[in-house]
Amino acid sequence: MLQLKTTPFHARTSALCQPQNWRKWAGYFAAGSYEHTLDREYWAIRNAAALIDVSPLIKYVIKGKDAAALLHRVTTRNIHKMSVGQVFYTGWCDEEGKMIDDGTVTRLEETTFRLTAAEPNLRWLMMNAVGMEVEITEVTDDVAALSFQGPNTRKVLNIVAEKPVDELKYFRMMKNKINGIEVTISRTGYTGDLGYEIWMDAKDALPIWDKLMEVGGDYGIAPVGILAMDMARVEAGLFMLDVDYTSASHAWIEPQKSSPFELGLDWTVALDKPGYFVGRRALEREKREGSTWKMVGLEVDWVGMEKLFAGVGLPPQIPGMAVRGSLPIFVGNVQVGYASTSTWSPVLKKYIALAHLQKPYFEVGTDVRMEITVEHHRQHAPAKVVKLPFYEPEWKKK
Amino acid sequence: MTSNQYDAIIIGGGHNGLVAGAYLARAGKKVVVLERRHIAGGAAVTEEIFPGYKFTEFSYVVSLLRPEIIRDLELPKHGLKILPLPSTVTPMENGDYLGAWDDHDLTRREIYRHSPKDAEAYDEYARVMARAAKAIKPIINLIPPDPSSLSVKDLMGLLKVGQFAANLSEKELYAIAKLATQSSADLLEEWFEFDPLKGTKAASGIIGTYLGPRSPGTAYVLLHHYMGEIDGAFRAWGFAKNGSGGVSGSILSAAKALGVEVRLNASVKQVIVKNGRAVGVALENGDELTSKVVMSAADPKRTFLQFVEQKHFPDEFVTALQNFRTRGSSGKVNIALSELPNFTALPFKGKGHDSALHRGAVSISPSIDYIERAYDDAKYGQISKRPYLDMIFPSMIDPDMAPPGQHVMSCFVQYAPYDLEGGWNDARRDELGEAVISTIEQYAPNIRKAIVGMQVISPKDIEAIAGITGGNIFHGELLLHQIFFLRPTPQWADFRTPLKGYYFGASGAHPGGGVMGAPGMLAAKEILKDGML
Repeated sequence: MLQLKTTPFHARTSALCQPQNWRKWAGYFAAGSYEHTLDREYWAIRNAAALIDVSPLIKYVIKGKDAAALLHRVTTRNIHKMSVGQVFYTGWCDEEGKMIDDGTVTRLEETTFRLTAAEPNLRWLMMNAVGMEVEITEVTDDVAALSFQGPNTRKVLNIVAEKPVDELKYFRMMKNKINGIEVTISRTGYTGDLGYEIWMDAKDALPIWDKLMEVGGDYGIAPVGILAMDMARVEAGLFMLDVDYTSASHAWIEPQKSSPFELGLDWTVALDKPGYFVGRRALEREKREGSTWKMVGLEVDWVGMEKLFAGVGLPPQIPGMAVRGSLPIFVGNVQVGYASTSTWSPVLKKYIALAHLQKPYFEVGTDVRMEITVEHHRQHAPAKVVKLPFYEPEWKKK
Repeated sequence: MTSNQYDAIIIGGGHNGLVAGAYLARAGKKVVVLERRHIAGGAAVTEEIFPGYKFTEFSYVVSLLRPEIIRDLELPKHGLKILPLPSTVTPMENGDYLGAWDDHDLTRREIYRHSPKDAEAYDEYARVMARAAKAIKPIINLIPPDPSSLSVKDLMGLLKVGQFAANLSEKELYAIAKLATQSSADLLEEWFEFDPLKGTKAASGIIGTYLGPRSPGTAYVLLHHYMGEIDGAFRAWGFAKNGSGGVSGSILSAAKALGVEVRLNASVKQVIVKNGRAVGVALENGDELTSKVVMSAADPKRTFLQFVEQKHFPDEFVTALQNFRTRGSSGKVNIALSELPNFTALPFKGKGHDSALHRGAVSISPSIDYIERAYDDAKYGQISKRPYLDMIFPSMIDPDMAPPGQHVMSCFVQYAPYDLEGGWNDARRDELGEAVISTIEQYAPNIRKAIVGMQVISPKDIEAIAGITGGNIFHGELLLHQIFFLRPTPQWADFRTPLKGYYFGASGAHPGGGVMGAPGMLAAKEILKDGML
């Protein structure tokens, strides 16, 4: 029988997943949530310790004399500046400077890197590695990964890990041991909170899960599915491939593509780095001429929205979770863009969205209106362009 | 040296005082909030009574905190997090239990287990209550009109209320009229047959009142508690990070960021009145502060009968305030625990980390009769031998409330009458603590050996520590004759008082208590409207 793959944690996650609401993630089963409502899982991210199985992330090990040169060429970051133990978030583009995918690069050793991606990129990496002394291996099935997110995660890791993680800085990685098993721990995540990602050999997955769950019990640990993570990542202003942008490698038409500038990734585009990289010329041009689109944060004006619902005798009815669906954005009667993910933010008590707006409407403070459905009727709720991220606790980078 | 001249002085650094201060400062006014204790927060405080164990001493859940206050004052930036409190479990005397979970189908099936009829009635009851609450809710944000006044403003206000009534269906009007007159027992008996269900529902109709479930008028209180429900997932219901002190702490931080000066250990002796106007306050320490307006966020009795000489008010106003009911009827027992109490009805294995019961409330309310009997004791000035308890385990919701692996437990206990026969003293406080522990022990036998420390708070203690006259958690009972345009008195429910420049914005004002923040916010808005600043 043809079946999705299961992750190395499946023996545990399947026993815990009460609603059995499995989602498909890169060909794997991923738990949507472990409980019938998302509240506790969401708050585990924001107030305690959330344990998220992110094994389906596509992972490559890139090894060899020219490993740095390859990543320097493919991504927009200056990889030569990267020290061992450092992690870079980056996008990578096609020759026209349009995003293909995004992920993290970790310099595991001087000539060994780990690259994560949302989609398979092996062919693209190989094409760019022509003539280079480099070995690219997909390790998606061999490396299990846990995202461990929330303000109490450091306390838990300090108990379970052989070496304390206090000194591990934001976007750094360390080699460590849990239960005597070798792991790498990076100070990374997809929630905008304090958090770590733990990378281990797939065969070691279960004892590490068990140890974290056992010790984490006193710190409010909860297994968390991708639905709660989706809410947190929007609050953190983080986008997702195929939801908030389309990969240039499978867009049907030009307007479906996005540049890193258009996605707000200016800080990851190292135009000052030496040598060629894919998309350089196009990105230089865009930098010079300015972008025509930009991804921004939108905050819906609750009082204004409440009025629309009150008009039909209802309190506001919005989905209590992240919605991956396009919603038109207007200024006056003209559509100036669209929201790609919207969500209720439990911590902010606001209805927020990631939106793509045309120049000049993407400036912070711009008043726009977002389409909502009020009792089957399309209405425009007032909203404002705000700075991303929506939510950034002080301990995220501390 | 800070100057002692302000636009507005706010007496009382509880959450309402801080909310009012923040709104006034947001409008650019120079504001000082005076708090008599060494910490701000009033009855919404969290204190480390035993090292490492944090007690949210008095109020313990957030039920009705207005979401617009959260947004307007950007409280999440100042640390506010309202964590879910998803369930209520009522253990039964026969060893079974009744659970109300956060999933509708789970709850329906749970009730079905006990009574298929009630399982269906439950849905319909919830709809009727929610519709009635929805009909009444906009009134919360309305400044109460004085129905006897002929002023244009009041007539407009009245018209709005009238419009509401006109928009109601006959069924809804009927439901509201019933709610306004019935006892919660009568109402619930029309709907349900299963005792623990009736008992648990009835319990929410007596909280903060000196009434029993068979007393008329208690049905309305049920509705009051439904008010928050209609916002669904978007309401602010739950347990705040760091307890109720987390709520006032975030408001304090927001208020300070907006420029509000907060003076601690600043006990107010009297409001200074000149030419028939409130012009400042005199502190117990002899300091005098002057201002254009003074707002009290203390309870109604202190506000009108203590801070201001009675000669400044009309006699009938004074009499009305003297008659305002502020009888405290509940106490609080806060317990530090070495392990979770293990309820035999729904036991856990291991340390209980996965125990769904402990993530929500546990209600000791096996039947209406049980609660009515508890009330019988109180009616005659006694502590209930078998009290109604509403318990939560803050450390299971916010693990930072206790040392790792340890726990804290909060027990709201009713009845513990303010006017206890023979008066409150240490022995009677111990008696209250014992009534609570021996009650819990019937359902969770390991409780006694798990106790690391215990704090018993009587209504007298609420009065002494939080400064609420009578120790009533709502600053005045939520009775039909004490709500809306009658709160605190007829004609003076719009946050103004007979004394010019003196305002009132606390739980004893419309729309009432429950860590709502609305009185403080609405009072500040009225102060700004009057243009004296």
